[in-house]
Amino acid sequence: MERLLHVSSSPHVRDKVTTKSIMYDVLIAMIPAAAFGVYQFGLNSLLVIIFTMAACVLSEYIFEKAMKRPITIADGSAMVTGMILALNMPPEIPVWVPVVGGVFAIVVVKQLYGGLGQNFMNPALAARCFLLISFAGLMNDFSSARLGFDSVSGATPLAMMRSGETVDLGLLVLGRIPGTIGEVSVVALLIGAVYMLVKKVISPRIPLIYIGTVAVFLFLFGGFDPYYVLCEVCSGGLVFGAFFMATDYVTSPITPKGQVVYGVVLGLLTGIFRLWGASPEGVSYAIILSNLLVPMIERVTLPKAFGREGKKA
Amino acid sequence: MNKYTERIYNGIWKENPIFVQMLGLCPTLAVTTSATNGLGMGLSTTAVLVAANLLISALRNIIPERVRLPGEIVVVASLVTVVDMLMEGFVPSLYSALGIYIPLIVVNCIILGRAEAYAMKNKPLVSAFDGIGMGLGFTIALVLIGAFRELLGAGTIFGAQILPSSFPNISIFILAPGAFFVLSVLTAIQNKLKLPSATNGSAEKKGKVTGCNGDCIHCAGHDQVMGK
Repeated sequence: MERLLHVSSSPHVRDKVTTKSIMYDVLIAMIPAAAFGVYQFGLNSLLVIIFTMAACVLSEYIFEKAMKRPITIADGSAMVTGMILALNMPPEIPVWVPVVGGVFAIVVVKQLYGGLGQNFMNPALAARCFLLISFAGLMNDFSSARLGFDSVSGATPLAMMRSGETVDLGLLVLGRIPGTIGEVSVVALLIGAVYMLVKKVISPRIPLIYIGTVAVFLFLFGGFDPYYVLCEVCSGGLVFGAFFMATDYVTSPITPKGQVVYGVVLGLLTGIFRLWGASPEGVSYAIILSNLLVPMIERVTLPKAFGREGKKA
Repeated sequence: MNKYTERIYNGIWKENPIFVQMLGLCPTLAVTTSATNGLGMGLSTTAVLVAANLLISALRNIIPERVRLPGEIVVVASLVTVVDMLMEGFVPSLYSALGIYIPLIVVNCIILGRAEAYAMKNKPLVSAFDGIGMGLGFTIALVLIGAFRELLGAGTIFGAQILPSSFPNISIFILAPGAFFVLSVLTAIQNKLKLPSATNGSAEKKGKVTGCNGDCIHCAGHDQVMGK
């Protein structure tokens, strides 16, 4: 018996994936949408992206330093939060608004609840809703001088569809429309989504069920018009929200059945908000509301342990 | 400090109904959209509280044990009706700003709590002082919360412009979520400074119970109950 045997407790099979690698993959996946936003809307959107990410990382560093917690800025999660928040901003917003939002996202929504993995709702989206309620005028102004949208013609396609106008699906898919920095181009978003799917960072379950439910809901209640449904799906923050925000690991269910339920709930809420809500868009509110239901969804859909399938709990 | 001033100190500082006992949070969160509203709500509650404590304490030997809750509610509801009508007549703008929360003082748990915990067991005069203390504690807390919310949400305090008008108003602070932010931050400051509060276990350090603070394990009464 010359050979030494290593005895260790489970898990025995490990993956190379780390929090850091996942976060950087998500960041990479958002680059096409961010680049398109900057290309289309100009310098201010670049400043918004840089300053929001900086605000998130800095506030995470300062808070953890002050609370004498381990510094976790290297894992990239604050950068992801900053990027998502920045891509949710209107293009000509004064830079201080998303900076305030970034500090709110990290300090209030993430760190006060215990840091990464403990937040009960998506920090970037919670911050967006905070800003949306606080600075409604600034957050709903989608005018962009560079694109020739002033505050009159800057109505988003969703607002136009609401008032009964038809929109051009081609422009929607390409992204030559007013909207937030990152949500406009479906093509750029799908490139990022495919990257995440190929790298297995996200599973297609939540986004596809989410978008599918919205489509079915709007088809049934929006007048049985396939063209209208396609336009709705491609406009607003739905594609961005479904692939990048609803799939956040911390705030979405981990059980497969739970993910199905979660997707359906998201879709129903988004459909209801879009059709009958006060504002034409409802993706952000639908996602943070569903985030709150996640613990309950997981509780109900907990799979039975192997060998206990037949017994009642 | 005699027993009357002690009651006032107790209500404002040691057992402040909002910051220490965390009672009556519904009106606290709902009406503190401005310092003026907070002051109005606080003072009307104080008026009811003092009179209710005085009357219930005076009646404490007459009210039968089994019907004491309905008895207390009748006294409180009558007083609230008086306050409600007075406010409608003399301060109509404040009355409309506070809305449903004036009639709801009837079910304010601070008032019923003080009647049950103090006025039913103590003499009328000291009970009235207990009402003054608790009422002032409640008023101070409401004005504090209201002032912060008004300052951040509208740039003013008691209607006077404080922040420069170029400073953008963060309107979320005059909506419901802002109330939670302000209350939780004020409570966090209180915990940091180790002031009496619901969560910092100060009762244990002082070796005596300052009312129920919800923190059973660190409560001085815990050892007694557990037989230590």
